[in-house]
Amino acid sequence: MMAWLAGMGGFVLDRLVRLGRANLFLLRLLGALRFLFQRPGLLIKQLYVVGVLSLPIILVSGLFVGMVLGLQGYANLVDFGATSSLGTVVALSLIRELGPVLTALLYAGRAGSALTAEIGLMKATEQLASMQMMAVDPFQRVLAPRFLAGCIAVPILTGIFTAVGILGGYVVSVIQLGVDGGAFWAQMQAKVQLFADVGNGVLIKSAVFGLLANWVALFEGYEALPTSEGVSRATTRTVVTTSLAVLGWDFLLTALMFGDW
Amino acid sequence: MSLSAIFPPELTPDITAVTVRGLSFYRDGRPIFDRVDLDIPRGKVTAIMGPSGTGKTTLLQLISGQLRPDAGRIEVDGVCVHELQRRDLYQLRQRMGMLFQSGALFTDLSVFENVAFPLREHTRLPETLIRTLVLMKLEAVGLRGARDLMPAQLSGGMARRVALARAIALDPLMILYDEPFAGQDPISMAVLVKLIRTLNDALGLTSIIVSHDVKETVAIADYLYLISAGRVVEHGTPRDLDCSASPWVDQFMHARPDGPMSFHYPAPPYFSDLLAEASA
Ligand SMILES: Nc1ncnc2c1ncn2[C@@H]1O[C@H](COP(=O)(O)OP(=O)(O)O)[C@@H](O)[C@H]1O
Ligand SMILES: [Mg+2]
Repeated sequence: MMAWLAGMGGFVLDRLVRLGRANLFLLRLLGALRFLFQRPGLLIKQLYVVGVLSLPIILVSGLFVGMVLGLQGYANLVDFGATSSLGTVVALSLIRELGPVLTALLYAGRAGSALTAEIGLMKATEQLASMQMMAVDPFQRVLAPRFLAGCIAVPILTGIFTAVGILGGYVVSVIQLGVDGGAFWAQMQAKVQLFADVGNGVLIKSAVFGLLANWVALFEGYEALPTSEGVSRATTRTVVTTSLAVLGWDFLLTALMFGDW
Repeated sequence: MSLSAIFPPELTPDITAVTVRGLSFYRDGRPIFDRVDLDIPRGKVTAIMGPSGTGKTTLLQLISGQLRPDAGRIEVDGVCVHELQRRDLYQLRQRMGMLFQSGALFTDLSVFENVAFPLREHTRLPETLIRTLVLMKLEAVGLRGARDLMPAQLSGGMARRVALARAIALDPLMILYDEPFAGQDPISMAVLVKLIRTLNDALGLTSIIVSHDVKETVAIADYLYLISAGRVVEHGTPRDLDCSASPWVDQFMHARPDGPMSFHYPAPPYFSDLLAEASA
């Protein structure tokens, strides 16, 4: 029993220490962002790597999620003769929840894991140490551009995911299932609010998720043990931790934004 | 037997590039260094030798400020490296090159861009001048023709020479070599030996070589330190050490399997270890 308690205590302490390190890491990362004013080229290259290269998966996933929403929504609404609300249902689900959350999860799998592996391998092969020996700070040269690029990319990807999703919903419900197209758009236009829905969901949520996803990915890579096993574990941890953090924060943010207090 | 063998004693203070006093360093509670004193003379090739795992790499990391000692002082050019702020440390490192054991080339950059990296980061030179400088450095290591290759396409020896070209890109005053000869074929070994000596003399560098390859190291070193189990066992010129009376030095310098140095990692007595399982 004592051993069990001690084990639990050790585990909790371990986690707290790691959380503390992660926060110090974030502070140093934020401090290094200034450097990007001198070297905007580094940022642009990373925007391409984490943003543009993530587009295919975001486009395809968004389209399919929107189409599924159209199908499911129709099946439920048709019994009440309320299929004209389908546009609202699809748009609100995507804007408030599915867009930001799924984009963040897909981003963690596509870009976050790659960031962790890249940084972890740079550490394992002493590239980061040799950079420091050349008096170049890896926080400025390597980590900061990736972090900022990721934080910019996630909200934009979320916007694209959501827009494509709505299009997918339109294709299924209006073109395939015969819902009235005018009603689809008009209802959506009437019910979706710019600040309360789009602002909170697509902007604020995705900004928070983007910060979480990139922070976790870079921290795990930077702290990875410099072995192949260490890097592979860190990559797994990035995806798991980001997913849990995104879902947990989504609940909190949803409660704050849309909860009826 | 000491620095005065190559320098008159009254000159010694100005003539040391690195001074280590009472250095102690622990890893996971295990002492790697225990009150070590070292003097690295300026403008010479100094070799630090010892068996694998004695902490040679660790020593270079301590000298270059990548690690902090648990006790003692390490001075480079008269400043204490482990008391410097990051900014000052980076300033110091611009005068210091380090050749990593693995080469540590940037895998996403070509050979040319690897060598150009420190120049681009620390200078505002025009592209034509950078090109000239990079080609000069690559010519010095004999790899001007390999400028467009990627690091993955290089052999081990070539990668190390590219890393060397990169380390001298900013014309440092001191170069630290971590196992420059490990895992090289005889030809690239000979090339490296010659290169290190030539660079040292032509550029007036201070070179510190850490190695366990006795033959090659003795061939180019002006001064040698032998370390083992956290202590300096012996130091002197290669000639001093070659005829040292110490059995340990004799064993290491002439690569004899039997001698005072054990091949075993520290362990409890063999017999009691075998019995421990049964009694547990
Ligand atoms: N990052 C590390 N963490 C813990 N122990 C280490 C680490 N790096 C090296 N060591 C240990 O420190 C000792 C000295 O290592 P090192 O300096 O690499 O030896 P050498 O370069 O002489 O072969 C070794 O016993 C090694 O196991
Ligand atoms: Mg080593």
